[in-house]
Formats: sequence, C-alpha cells, structure tokens
Amino acid sequence: MAMLARVEGEASMRVRVDGDEVTDVELRVFEPPRFFEGLLRGRAWTEPPDITSRICGICPAAYQITACQAIEDACGVVIPPELAALRRLLYCGEWIESHALHIYLLHAPDFLGYQGAIEMARDHRPLVERGLRLKKAGNEILSVLGGRSVHPVNVRVGGFHRLPTRSQLTALRETLTAALDDALATVTTVAAFDIPDTEHDCEYLALRPAQGYPIEAGRVVSSGGLDFGVFDFEDAVTELQVPYSTALHARLKGGQRYLVGPLARYSLNCAALSPLAAQAAAAAGLGPVCRNPFASIIVRAVEVTYACEEALRIIGEWQGAAAAAVPVPARAGTGYGATEAPRGLLYHRYQLDSGGTVTEARIVPPTSQNQLSIEHDLRTFVQARIGLPEPELTRQCEQVIRNYDPCISCSAHFLDLTLERR
Amino acid sequence: MRKLAVWKFASCDGCQLTLLNCEDDLLPLTDQVEIAYFPQATRAVAAGPYDLSLVDGSITTPADAERIRQVRAVSRRLVSIGACATAGGIQALRNFSDIGDFSSAVYARPEYIDTLATSTPVAAHVPVDFELNGCPIDKDQLLTVITAFLRDSKPDIPSHSVCVECKQRGTVCVMVADGIPCMGPVTHAGCGAICPSYGRGCYSCFGPQDTLNTRSLAGRFAFLGMPEPAVARTFRTFYAAAPPFATESSMHSGGGR
Ligand code: SF4
Ligand code: SF4
Repeated sequence: MAMLARVEGEASMRVRVDGDEVTDVELRVFEPPRFFEGLLRGRAWTEPPDITSRICGICPAAYQITACQAIEDACGVVIPPELAALRRLLYCGEWIESHALHIYLLHAPDFLGYQGAIEMARDHRPLVERGLRLKKAGNEILSVLGGRSVHPVNVRVGGFHRLPTRSQLTALRETLTAALDDALATVTTVAAFDIPDTEHDCEYLALRPAQGYPIEAGRVVSSGGLDFGVFDFEDAVTELQVPYSTALHARLKGGQRYLVGPLARYSLNCAALSPLAAQAAAAAGLGPVCRNPFASIIVRAVEVTYACEEALRIIGEWQGAAAAAVPVPARAGTGYGATEAPRGLLYHRYQLDSGGTVTEARIVPPTSQNQLSIEHDLRTFVQARIGLPEPELTRQCEQVIRNYDPCISCSAHFLDLTLERR
Repeated sequence: MRKLAVWKFASCDGCQLTLLNCEDDLLPLTDQVEIAYFPQATRAVAAGPYDLSLVDGSITTPADAERIRQVRAVSRRLVSIGACATAGGIQALRNFSDIGDFSSAVYARPEYIDTLATSTPVAAHVPVDFELNGCPIDKDQLLTVITAFLRDSKPDIPSHSVCVECKQRGTVCVMVADGIPCMGPVTHAGCGAICPSYGRGCYSCFGPQDTLNTRSLAGRFAFLGMPEPAVARTFRTFYAAAPPFATESSMHSGGGR
C-alpha cells in the first residue's frame, strides 16, 4: 500500500469523483494497532480495568468502568448502589473533561475561523480560559475519586480502593457549582455559532437506563426500534475489517450504518435530562431530536451541563458506603459491559476460565462504530462542494470529521485529502 | 521565540494530553514558546527545525521507524515522554509473544495490517536528549522538563524510588503494614506515590528506577503468597520491555518468552 509510505498524520481521505459525481469516499485510519484484545489474553481478571485504560488517555475512566462491569458480570457480582453512584460521579468528571477539551480546544476554532485554540486564545482569551476552567473541574473529579486525571488508579473490579472523604466531596461541590455556570455559559456561546444547516439520516444507537440520562448503564436502544440487553450486542452489530484502515467498521446486522455519541444519546434520551440541562437545550433551539452533525457541539455543551448537575446531585445524596469494594471471586464465564463514553457507546466482553484468567476479550470503541457514518456524511458533504479549491475543501472536511470527535481527531488536523477525478 | 513540537507514535495520547492538562500554565506557556507543531491542539504548522521536540508513543510500524528519524533530523533537542516512548509501553507485551497471534485476535485479515513484531522505545532508533517516565507522565515534571530545555539546562528530575515519595508524604508502607505487594521499591519516583495513598500497591507505571533490586522484591512477593505467574505479570505490564523488568519477569514460570 503506497499510503504507508506517508510521513505524517494518521488519517487520510480518498475521494473518487466521476465527472461531477462523488463515487467513493474512504477515510483511512493509520493509527498503529496496539492489539489490546490480543495482549489481554492470559492476564488475571483483576487487570483489564488498568490495562484497557491505556487504550485512550482522553477517556480512560470509560474503559476502566466498562471493563469492571463486564468482569463483575462474568463473576456474577452486582456492586451496591452507593458504589455504582460513585462510578457515575467519576464518569461525569470524564464527560466534563473530554467534552470541554473537544468543544473549546478542538471544535470551537473551526466555527470561529482559527487554526487551533492557541491561536483563538490571542483574540478570545476569556473564552479559552473558561474552557480550560471547565476541563479542570472535570479533571478534579477524576483526581479526587481516581487519584489522577489520566489513567486513574483508584478504580478496581468490585468498586474502589479507597472511598472519598466528606471534605473532599464538599470541596468538589464548590468547584462544580462554579462549573455549572461555566457550562450554561458554554451552551449560550456555542448556540450562537454559525451552524451550517444540514441533516443526516443514519440510525442512532445509545444506551437507555431505567432512570436518568445514559452514562454508565442501560439497555441498548436505537431510532430504528432496536431494544436489547448488552449481552446481545454482538448479535445486533457486526464489525468488518476494510483493507484501507486499522479501525474496524461496525454496522448493524441488517447492513445499516449507524451512529453513536452525543447526537444519538440526546435524541434517544433527552426526556431524561435534568431541569437546567433541558432548559438550556430548549433555549439553544434543540428539538427532541437533533440530526445536524454540526449541532453536536451544542449537544456536548448540554451534556456538560447535565454532567455538572448530576455530579452535584450524587454528591448531595452521598451517605457513605460500608466498604470501598465488594469481593469479586473469579469463576469461569463470559461477561458483558457497555457504557456511554464521551464519544459514544463502548462495549467490552471477557471470557474467563475458572482461575480468572482472561481467555478472550472483545472491545468495540465508539470510533469504529461511527466510521461508516462519517464516510457517508463526507460523501454528501463533498458532493455539495465539489467545486471548492482543495485546501478549503480539506479544512471543511476536517470540520465534518471533528463533528464526531473521533479518537483520531488529533490526527484529523492533518487530513491528507486526495481527489481522484475521472 | 523558541519552537516546540509534539509528535505522536503508537500511544493512547495520554502523555501529550498532559500538556493540555496543564490548564493553568498552558496559556502562559504559549506566551513563552511557540507551539510550532502539535496536531492534537492546532492545524497550524510552523516549519522546522524545532528547538524542542516531545515524542509520545512507541515505534511499531516500518513507516514509524522511518518517521522518527525524520523527527530527529528536524529537532535540536528531543525528549521522549511516557512509558510508550521510553520503554515500548503496554503494547510491548507483543515482544514476548507471537505477533501473528496478537493480530489475529483483533483482525480477521491480519495480512492487511502492516506492523513490526516488536514495540520499541524511541531511543532504540535515534539518540534522545532526555527520557521522562510515566504512564502517564506527571504534568509538573513535564513543565520542569520544558522549562529546563528552553533554558538549555538539564532538568532536575529526581531518580529515587516511589518509597522515598511515600516517606515524604507520610504514607504508611502498604507492604509492611498490610502485606499488600507493592512495586514501589523498584519504581522510579515522579507520581508522588499516588497508589499507596489510596491503599493500593504501586503497579509501576513509572518504570524501573536506576538502582534497583528486582530479585529481592520478587522474593518478597513470593513470601507474601503471590503465585509465580502473578510475579511474572507484575513485572510485565506497563514497563514490560524495560530491561530490568523484562529480565525479572522471564525468571518466573508463566513469564517465558
Ligand atoms: S505512556 Fe501510558 S499514558 Fe503515556 S501515551 Fe503511553 S499508554 Fe498513554
Ligand atoms: S504509585 Fe506506582 S503505579 Fe501508582 S501512580 Fe505512582 S508509579 Fe504509578
């Protein structure tokens, strides 16, 4: 493959044009594979949370919590509600940190016409400072509950190593009260951006819990009427390998492409938003369903608002716990876990032998699920702008890709666009 | 202004994210140094050469083995950051296995995947001026390193063990008091001894320190009742391919090549 001789960047896009018609779009991802599913084989059942955390430095808690759930499921253990609440609190921190990073440092510069946040800060310092403050508030939850923000150390199968103290939680409450104001201001700011008017038509897939907005639990539902338990995930979704990318491509068993992430979560669950978040969404002009990928920045801001309110609620109701963790003795079996990582549904499955050794692991991250929809969006988008000069087309395509906040968003800053005209 | 570049190889992005996580210091830093190349943060690119290059990630593909040479060529100083860049990272577990098995556990068509059989640190390919440990690195240490190199001095990064940091912060030893196996005695300082302060043994995400005795620690683990394969795995995780840990892990059953 000639493309492997590239010197820079982990993503490239190839568009084939026949006359005036875009016939094919390929988004090639060159993220060097790290083979997590292979290296987990032979590890102990207590290890996947820390190991899979290293898949992504931006959403490590998502990997840790999903791994814990799947292993507890394999071992037949359900953690008590007070520990589940702390997991949800930790996860709120990650949503705030990850969404603030994406909104302010990656996505807003596209809307305001800057190359990046550092350039944007020269003209909009208070705006960038607000983003960094919000991000820091999210990281503070991760640091208090997890010990540090990147790859927290306090999460374990069965719960936590140590419980937070009352005074730590009280201090967090102050930070979060201020963060809530910043979050509401964020919704107002991004709602005023010039959002291109466009809609896409793919199927939305997200978790839906019995109560509240989906974060760390729920059944899997879709806009096409799917509704199943997490253990049926691999019956509903297939992952295919394509020769031009190291990211696998997922589709529904019927062959349809689908989308996970903030747009899907919001459209399938907005009735479960907290009062302030719901109000902010309405004021920003979001209806009950959002099909404009460019408006995902507004949805993220609404979700940050929700995460702040939800974190405050959990801290307010916290009564302590009998123990930091419950025992999870190993047994042979298979377990499933799914949570809503900031970028969308994340699925883990582990098979254990009777001594607790992992014999098989399956991890389906959000980016591979969204790959086909991103390609589809790009095709429609390029078709409508086929006359643009290439540098401008490249810049705009990068923005389309950043709408989805893919894990390759950083490398998408170096989208290498090839137009093949026939 | 001096030019800073940040490059990514096989990694989780966590170490370069640490730079963006310097929330309070980030904008003041950009007043002192030009962020000339940092795709995680900006699409703007200033031409090299760069005064300081930070490299996150390990070398795992033929293309990356070539790219790291080009990065070195345009960098006046090069600092590798994190376990991936300094020791091969968690993905170096492939070095102890058959890469074909690993690839076919993930991909139906492993032949489409262009990868090397090993994950190696940056220093195995080009000379590096400094290595900063951690999975992830610590943000204060990162700032120390950047500031030092911008002043053309060597950064002052202590090389003692995590045990010293436990003493400094007054944490009671988890191994002595509770019999919890802890890698602290052989692990490079830098995190501030986070795990023991959470009642957990260190799992060595900062890698081996300079003067260490893995043999006696492994003996201690056995005394505490840790089975052989678990001893092997404990030394073979985030710094699996760092020579002192690779040697120790291969001495325990279940830790063969
Ligand atoms: S050393 Fe750890 S935190 Fe840093 S990039 Fe590698 S996996 Fe991520
Ligand atoms: S105590 Fe050890 S495992 Fe924990 S953060 Fe520090 S170096 Fe890493």
